[in-house]
Amino acid sequence: MSLTLEQVHRIAHLARIEVSDAEAHSTLVHLNGIFSLIEEMQAVDTQGVEPMAHAQDLAQRLREDRVTEDDRRDAFQAVAPEIEAGLYLVPKVIE
Amino acid sequence: MMEHSLKALAQALAAKEMSSVELTQHYLDRIAHHNPQINAYITIDAERSLAQARAADERLAAGTGGPLTGIPLAQKDIFCAKGWLTTCGSKMLGNFVSPYDATVIERFNAAGAVNLGKTNMDEFAMGSSNETSFFGAVKNPWDTDRVPGGSSGGSAAAVAARLAPAATGTDTGGSIRQPAALCNLSGLKPTYGVVSRYGMIAFASSLDQAGPMGRSAEDCALLLNTMAGFDQRDSTSLDRPAEDYARELNADAGAKPLAGLKIGLPQEFFGEGCAADVMQRVEAAIGEYRKLGAETVDISLPNMKLSVPAYYVIAPAEASSNLSRFDGVRYGYRAEEYSDLNDMYSKSRAQGFGAEVKRRILIGAYVLSHGYYDAYYLQAQRIRRLIANDFVAAFERCDVILGPTSPSTAFKIGEKAADPVQMYLSDIYTIAVNLAGLPGMSIPCGLASGLPTGLQLIGNYFAEANLLNVAHRYQQATDWHLQLATGFD
Repeated sequence: MSLTLEQVHRIAHLARIEVSDAEAHSTLVHLNGIFSLIEEMQAVDTQGVEPMAHAQDLAQRLREDRVTEDDRRDAFQAVAPEIEAGLYLVPKVIE
Repeated sequence: MMEHSLKALAQALAAKEMSSVELTQHYLDRIAHHNPQINAYITIDAERSLAQARAADERLAAGTGGPLTGIPLAQKDIFCAKGWLTTCGSKMLGNFVSPYDATVIERFNAAGAVNLGKTNMDEFAMGSSNETSFFGAVKNPWDTDRVPGGSSGGSAAAVAARLAPAATGTDTGGSIRQPAALCNLSGLKPTYGVVSRYGMIAFASSLDQAGPMGRSAEDCALLLNTMAGFDQRDSTSLDRPAEDYARELNADAGAKPLAGLKIGLPQEFFGEGCAADVMQRVEAAIGEYRKLGAETVDISLPNMKLSVPAYYVIAPAEASSNLSRFDGVRYGYRAEEYSDLNDMYSKSRAQGFGAEVKRRILIGAYVLSHGYYDAYYLQAQRIRRLIANDFVAAFERCDVILGPTSPSTAFKIGEKAADPVQMYLSDIYTIAVNLAGLPGMSIPCGLASGLPTGLQLIGNYFAEANLLNVAHRYQQATDWHLQLATGFD
């Protein structure tokens, strides 16, 4: 299979990455090269094989429902691009 | 003191032959002098390092030091370290001063080790040459026209040029083992879940694992003793009893220390695709292992050739999810100009990420999208199972699997940068180990045309102590790991 330019724009939109038309062309060439490598998988019959999501068969641990972390909001917000009164500021989304 | 093992450095510190401040300053001076040649470090903060060294000297004076107290170590810039710039090799985190410590950093701090600086790396650990770093390519100390490997290329180059006694790395598809091979170091990727991933910036969460990089297997064992351990804050951390990974190294073993050891040689590691000069060194290492008493058995990992395709579905899928957190809102880079919220996300991510990171996010977004999930993502996970099963079958017939780490010695800077597929294939021997979650090591096995080659040793789950001993016995009988790059005196 090979991707189309339209698909590149669509996945770039899904991933929220702005791609110019010029970039989309070179991205298309690279992605198609990578997908021709990935396609080698398709020849393999994997019927009945249990998908392996993880290296260890783990059950999620449970812990007691109690506070274990200090409030460090100021320290964590100190690295934010824009804050005010403890809130993260972004462009207006509701008119 | 540049040629000292970590054990010898600790002894010298304990005997007051030198102080941690002197040792740390010695390395800081060397970094100031030599780092411009190789670009191994992104951030140096001499005041912070020396403050830690002073505290270590107080512990040593009080007699409360441990095996790593006062020893300076280079930290890959993927580990969050409180008060340190932590970039992950990306413009996206070019201004990120971490407000907290990764568990690995916390454990080294508690052990009294000194953070010597943050090392360069491929952006978000995506690369095999260290050329994708926003902060510039790292150069291989053995030949500065060549790559050090990646993604832990800065850590590898720093140790190889004696700008740190040892370093940390992380390995998602070979990122500890391949740079170790290309820079003549010993490097260990532990069993998945042995070292906490808390505060280690995520690339592909089901594959990422931190580990040590050093001059010898013995040095790696000492570092792993501090790095490993259960951590409540990492949901995939394994709750197992603590172990001494150096416990087998000092046993008196006689002339055939590896008698009874069965080494598996997978035919897939010894076919075409590996450079003849690398294969010659690997074959010589097999001969050395026979002299040490080991037997070899021929084995097969029939699905290994599918590891690269399956990896380039699974790792990008997990990366596209993990890297969605970088949106210009809570930390990291935000574009200067934008029209609305979506435009702010799209421009911040377009400007903050480099080309390789964007490619992998797009692959991930595609294979996870509606209509493609079964054909790509589920198929890759099924192949992952087949690959893991191959190892289970192989370990019924042998104790350790041996082969080359990398199909070639260090390649030239720029040689593979334009062709992602060629770059991906340089991890052909390492990726299957991550998919299965097994421990793997690379150790030096000789020079080919003056460049290092690496021998890969793969162990069964939780067999780190044995793997380190198998590496150590080879290093007791050979001196390849003691060979040094010239020009860094």
